[in-house]
Amino acid sequence: MATDSQLAMWEVFMQSKPGANYIHAGSVHASDKEMALQNARDTYTRRGEGTSIWVVPSDAIVASNPDDNEMFFDPANDKVYRIPTFYVMPEGAKAI
Amino acid sequence: MEVLEKKNEIQDNLLKNFEAKIDRGDAIEPRDKMPDAYRKHLIRQMSQHAHSEVIGMQPEGNWITRAPSLRVRQILLAKIQDEGGHGLYLYSAAETLGISRREMIEQLHSGKAKYSNIFNYPALTWADIGAIGWLVDGAAIVNQVSLQRTSYGPYSRAMVRICKEESFHQRQGYEIMAKMMKGTKDQQEMAQDAMNRWWWPSLMMFGPHDSESPHTGDAVKWKIKRSSNDELRQKFIDKTVQQAEVIGLTIPDKDLKWNEAKKCYDHGPINWEEFYRVISGNGPCNKQRMAHHVKVHNDGAWVREAAEAYRQKKEKKIFH
Ligand SMILES: [Fe+2]
Ligand SMILES: [Fe+2]
Repeated sequence: MATDSQLAMWEVFMQSKPGANYIHAGSVHASDKEMALQNARDTYTRRGEGTSIWVVPSDAIVASNPDDNEMFFDPANDKVYRIPTFYVMPEGAKAI
Repeated sequence: MEVLEKKNEIQDNLLKNFEAKIDRGDAIEPRDKMPDAYRKHLIRQMSQHAHSEVIGMQPEGNWITRAPSLRVRQILLAKIQDEGGHGLYLYSAAETLGISRREMIEQLHSGKAKYSNIFNYPALTWADIGAIGWLVDGAAIVNQVSLQRTSYGPYSRAMVRICKEESFHQRQGYEIMAKMMKGTKDQQEMAQDAMNRWWWPSLMMFGPHDSESPHTGDAVKWKIKRSSNDELRQKFIDKTVQQAEVIGLTIPDKDLKWNEAKKCYDHGPINWEEFYRVISGNGPCNKQRMAHHVKVHNDGAWVREAAEAYRQKKEKKIFH
């Protein structure tokens, strides 16, 4: 028997209802995108957990490195003008 | 010498940072730095958990064609499909630690990776399907509820998903037992017989007593394991005794009795000799379970090959 392939890995993202964000559910193995979609449906939506699915080849995902978090996600606290309370509104102005 | 010292210092710092994170209650995610022993422990535990879900389909699958009504046949089929799904959630989570699906299956087939001992027992009668759902899934739920708080993010998320699906499994099993206990004398005896055979192996599912458990230290410190074997076993016993009483089943343990001071049930000694005999390969079904998995895996190889060939053919069409 030739070397046994377990087929490519795909990441599965699911939207629980129209309007909601797509959320990562897990991964599946499949040889192509149609099979990936079907496997994702069978694996992650047996109880109406989703109304829409995205599948993405796992090797197409680019992830940030947690070691760089401090620098990478530096919230730029010095840029206080990003926060609405930074601004002085004229006395008496309403609904702003 | 200096280089070595520097290296050790870096290692120490990494471990300190990791443990500080665990102590804060932060989840560990796939790309985070983690000690080798943490990764190894998780791979062993999660792959064993995944294999258990999949091997566990066999004793129940044995009854699909013989289920006594269309209703219970559909239910059993859906339950077994869930177990296959649980295996997939867990393989998928374990793969985030850098082990491939193929390696995990190879380890199962070579015997390097284990699966839950309970599935080396046969499902002899329809009442066994009741006992498996009620007791075996019941015991698994107690363990899995606790693991929802495990420190490794992907494992914890898989557990949350699994726990949502498990309560139907336990209820369908309990319903079978309850129905049989309302049936003929033969049916009642059949239910009690299944209870007698599955009770002790279910208690063994939680593993050796805390005093004998070799892997506990780091697993507790690193919050992989959130409750001890004995704590979980006690929880299972305490909730199951009442359920047995309600439907008229007797727990096959003459030493079982309520301990008013401790507010829990005391139970008789567990036959660990049997546990170690079965886990080391000499249970009633070890060989059959593995032979079946190997056969199905090999029989399915052509399907995976055909799928690959089809993908390659389609890709050629696109690019020419
Ligand atoms: Fe399960
Ligand atoms: Fe289950």
